Amino acid sequence: MAGFDNFWAVYSNLVLGLGINALLALSIYLTLSCGMLAMANAAFMGIGAYTAALLTMNYDTPFIVSVAAGMAAPAVVAFVMGKPTLRLSGVYLAMATLAFGEVVRIVVLNTDSITGGALGLNGIPQSTQWWHVLVALLAVLAVLWRLRHSRIGRAFEAIKEDETAAGLMGIDVGAHKMLAFVLGAAIAGLAGTLNAHLTFFIGPNEYGFDRGVDILTMAILGGINGLTGPILGGAILTLLPEVLRGFADFRLMVNGVILVLIVLFLPKGLWDPARIRGWFGTKGGKTA
Amino acid sequence: MSATLELKGISRHFGGLKVLQDVNLQIPQGGIFGLIGPNGAGKTTVFNLITGLLPPTAGVISFNGRDLAGRKPHEITRDGIARTFQNIRLFKEMSLLENVMVGMHAQLRYGNLGLLATSGLFRSEEKRARDRARELLSWMKLDHKADDTADNLSYGDQRKLELARALATEPKLLLLDEPVAGMNANEKTELMREIEQISGRGYTIFMIEHDMRFVMGLCQEIAVLNFGRIIAQGGPEAIRNDPQVIEAYLGREDDEPSSGPDGVTDGAPSAVAAGVVPTSVPVPGAQA
Repeated sequence: MAGFDNFWAVYSNLVLGLGINALLALSIYLTLSCGMLAMANAAFMGIGAYTAALLTMNYDTPFIVSVAAGMAAPAVVAFVMGKPTLRLSGVYLAMATLAFGEVVRIVVLNTDSITGGALGLNGIPQSTQWWHVLVALLAVLAVLWRLRHSRIGRAFEAIKEDETAAGLMGIDVGAHKMLAFVLGAAIAGLAGTLNAHLTFFIGPNEYGFDRGVDILTMAILGGINGLTGPILGGAILTLLPEVLRGFADFRLMVNGVILVLIVLFLPKGLWDPARIRGWFGTKGGKTA
Repeated sequence: MSATLELKGISRHFGGLKVLQDVNLQIPQGGIFGLIGPNGAGKTTVFNLITGLLPPTAGVISFNGRDLAGRKPHEITRDGIARTFQNIRLFKEMSLLENVMVGMHAQLRYGNLGLLATSGLFRSEEKRARDRARELLSWMKLDHKADDTADNLSYGDQRKLELARALATEPKLLLLDEPVAGMNANEKTELMREIEQISGRGYTIFMIEHDMRFVMGLCQEIAVLNFGRIIAQGGPEAIRNDPQVIEAYLGREDDEPSSGPDGVTDGAPSAVAAGVVPTSVPVPGAQA
């Protein structure tokens, strides 16, 4: 037991980071699975984190209320911003959402009186317990699993493959894209809230372009054919810096090289059921 | 027979290009209605207007007495109009069963939130969808391949799957855009039988087709579109003998006699000149 306590004392942040990154990867998986390259998830994470942290600090709200607000705020913002932007496709949507992320970051920077500006928020109560992260992850997985195997999941996939044909199957394309976008924002907000109540401090630059690319990389690296991929990708990107600690200054570079190799040689991501079945010489069957 | 679909004074311009001009059509309830015409005559545009992918420049389209102006494609599908595409648009990475189940999207009675809560209804509805999808696949004799990926199907089977998917939306009117394009003689005969069966089940069918033998064999009534105008309408026999139709396909009799082996050169629409329909032009007595 002492051994575990020791391990936990050293690595608890890392383990909880696994869960939070898994949530983030799942949040972008949702929009990707609907055929949208939306890059606003870091910003939604930030909106959630700031909303929840400010509530907790200024109004002393119960943790559960902060979490709910941390999910609702980015969802509402996503709804408002999705109205005009979700009709864009491909890189145009990516550009619009990236720009939105910058807007959020700059707004946070310039509202010192509320958000603490560049100095960020200090002294957030560390309310997040390990089981909060676990429950959040399991709940999100359960919802996404159900969605994936329902008419909504099929609609997402149909929209990803052919928007026009999906519309002519009686699917309200706009509404489903909005659902994926808003739900993704809520999940990113959940991750942000849990993270903020874990790290004691948050600042605007945590939710900028770099984080957005990180989130995208996790999902692409793991593969977006199912729920396993994003979790796997999230885990790898969380652990990679630790494993590569020995490379010290070259860490980011090695990190990047690994990603380039994977994108080049495993375009469907690491978790690709068809390929894995191929290794074992079996054919057909169902995918998760 | 009352008209189920009615096009009144329909025009569609793309910039200065008048693709359709004052098109009037009445598709009677029941039976099979054909629309033929040389390539580029505007046939597919007619379908795009009916299904709401494009708005008409002028004119009114009504379905069972209801004006379709301003209705979105998914709403028109839910009103009871389904279509297939000239260039097949399946959801290629999904299984045959899933493709058909996408078509049933609007018929599943669990709501977007209900799918999380009421698991009994969810399960029974999903089962109903699966059973119905299998039934539709069996109509097309594809049920033994239900779990295959759509992309792996032969060309003819892909067309049949598209038909099954369109039927899954429970349409009253089925629009078929060149259902036998690219099929071999056997596949054509097979599909002809299947379309007859579908018609026998009470669906109204409106098809665009180049293959004269196919159209003449199936349709009770045929309209001919040339350069954006309806130039003739009537039963197969009348169409076959209509001088205007023969002119549209073969050129005028007083054209200069051609010297090439094609038999037709200038003055004739591109379809014939390009050799698309040379073996199946509607000359009297040509039907097998």
